[in-house]
Amino acid sequence: MPLLEARDVHGGYGGMNILNGVNMTIEADEIGVIVGPNGAGKSTMLKAIFGLLTVSQGEILLRGEPIHNLPPHKLVQRGMGFIPQEKNVFPSLTVKENLEMGAFLKPNSVKRMLDKVYGFFPPLHEKRHQPAGELSGGQRQMVAMGRALMAEPEVLLLDEPTAGLSPLYMNEIFERVKEINAAGVGILMVEQNAKQALAIADKGFVLAAGQNRFTDTGAALLADPDVAKSFLGG
Amino acid sequence: MNELVFFINNVVVAGSVTGSIYAIGAIGVTLVFSIMRFAHFAHADMMTFGAFMVLLLTMAFPGAGAVVGLPTAVVMLPLAMALTALLAVGIDKAFYKPLRAHGVKPIVLVIASLGVTLILQGLIRLFAGTSSQSLYIAERKEIYRLDLPFELATRPIIVTEPQIILFILTIAAVVGLHLFLNRSRLGKAMRAMSDNPDLARASGINTNTIVAVTWVIAGGLAAVAGTLLSLDVTFKPDLSFFLLLPIFAAAIVGGVGHPYGAIAGGFVVGFAETLAVFNWTVLLRPIAHHFPEWLDLPRNLAFVGTEYKIVVPFFILVAILVWRPTGIFKGKVI
Repeated sequence: MPLLEARDVHGGYGGMNILNGVNMTIEADEIGVIVGPNGAGKSTMLKAIFGLLTVSQGEILLRGEPIHNLPPHKLVQRGMGFIPQEKNVFPSLTVKENLEMGAFLKPNSVKRMLDKVYGFFPPLHEKRHQPAGELSGGQRQMVAMGRALMAEPEVLLLDEPTAGLSPLYMNEIFERVKEINAAGVGILMVEQNAKQALAIADKGFVLAAGQNRFTDTGAALLADPDVAKSFLGG
Repeated sequence: MNELVFFINNVVVAGSVTGSIYAIGAIGVTLVFSIMRFAHFAHADMMTFGAFMVLLLTMAFPGAGAVVGLPTAVVMLPLAMALTALLAVGIDKAFYKPLRAHGVKPIVLVIASLGVTLILQGLIRLFAGTSSQSLYIAERKEIYRLDLPFELATRPIIVTEPQIILFILTIAAVVGLHLFLNRSRLGKAMRAMSDNPDLARASGINTNTIVAVTWVIAGGLAAVAGTLLSLDVTFKPDLSFFLLLPIFAAAIVGGVGHPYGAIAGGFVVGFAETLAVFNWTVLLRPIAHHFPEWLDLPRNLAFVGTEYKIVVPFFILVAILVWRPTGIFKGKVI
């Protein structure tokens, strides 16, 4: 049974449909990457999965159970984590408090998970008493990922984790995504840096106009001349 | 020296009393704003309601205080806090929650809270009548006179029992709130929701719970502030009229959405009020013989008359909004 499955998902904001039938499947140990041009519905798809907008047609299954239109806090309970692209930390809370909020539903595992997250992101341990709003963009992204990991998710949704970061931090974030995945967390992420993201992807989904254009392994998509010509800038 | 004592009695003590009451009121306003993003105008009436509950409970059990050696009103305060918290949660369920569920703009909630103000005022008047009533029913208000160990100071510093209780309760409330917001899981979640409600939801924080907790704290503190004011002076059904403007001024001066700012703002407004109505002639009289002859010291040299005290917070409010709209502690701009 796949970890996460979306079948023919339609949805959007206030009657305007942005998603016109998207299909996706992620197995438990996989990294899935969604790429595509602006306005293709990449982030919208992620939000639809996380219950932030109404799915009008189709279904989304987590380990075979339908989850579409469940509220976010229910999804967190069921093992899903979501990292928004912007405003993904609590700026006035310290780094440690940010992480604690991630484990809000599991207060007993805070200590154990803090150690684990500090293991993934050593700079966070150093800055744990600093307000997250004072950190650099890359470190903030680490806080955001750490916060989501605190809930021990089975699947993590990342919305453009490298947006606006320097190439150095970008590689760092991709490395961490691979590590987190290797630790047993399924990943579904939206990325603008399509080539690098597809390079670490088990599955790639090229969306356009709210529909799947190409769906294959990351390596196959990178090698496909059609994909390269229309979506990866030649 | 007696002039100094006069200053302490009329400014330091009086300003701290007013400041404490405004601070506790403003904390509630600012917490509600930081979680629900609207100015809750019915807050002052929740304060009146809390004091009224204390009055009713004191009338029902006039002898309860004597058992523990405190004024009965203070003994009844925890119960009144619980009742006011219940009222606050109930008001939210009945009036604000349905509006939030429809996703209305904050201004709609503000208008709704004005409606709630009118309802509460009407209800309190209906049951309490319109006259002032003392919360000291079967007891006497103790007055402490502290003599200063100076030869020239013949007048004592005067502090009343309710004022001492007020200082203790204010410190307890501020310390308690600080510990709650920084140490407890729910308190941190409250700050998280104030920072970023969407991310709080995405972290699994049940925002309905946080909203309810906010109302419980706001209601409880409102009852404390209303009772302290009524203990110091008397209970009046139109108490909120005189509180609404200063507590909003305090919240805005401190920085809206910022609990510590609300405390600072409360004392700024409280002291500004007392300094504005203070008769400076008393302090100037000992050095009056140094003034040139043509300068005659008037009998009353206050910035405004006591009856116009209410304009002071209004002026502070205007000044802050013009020169520093985010307040002392960089709050959110309304």
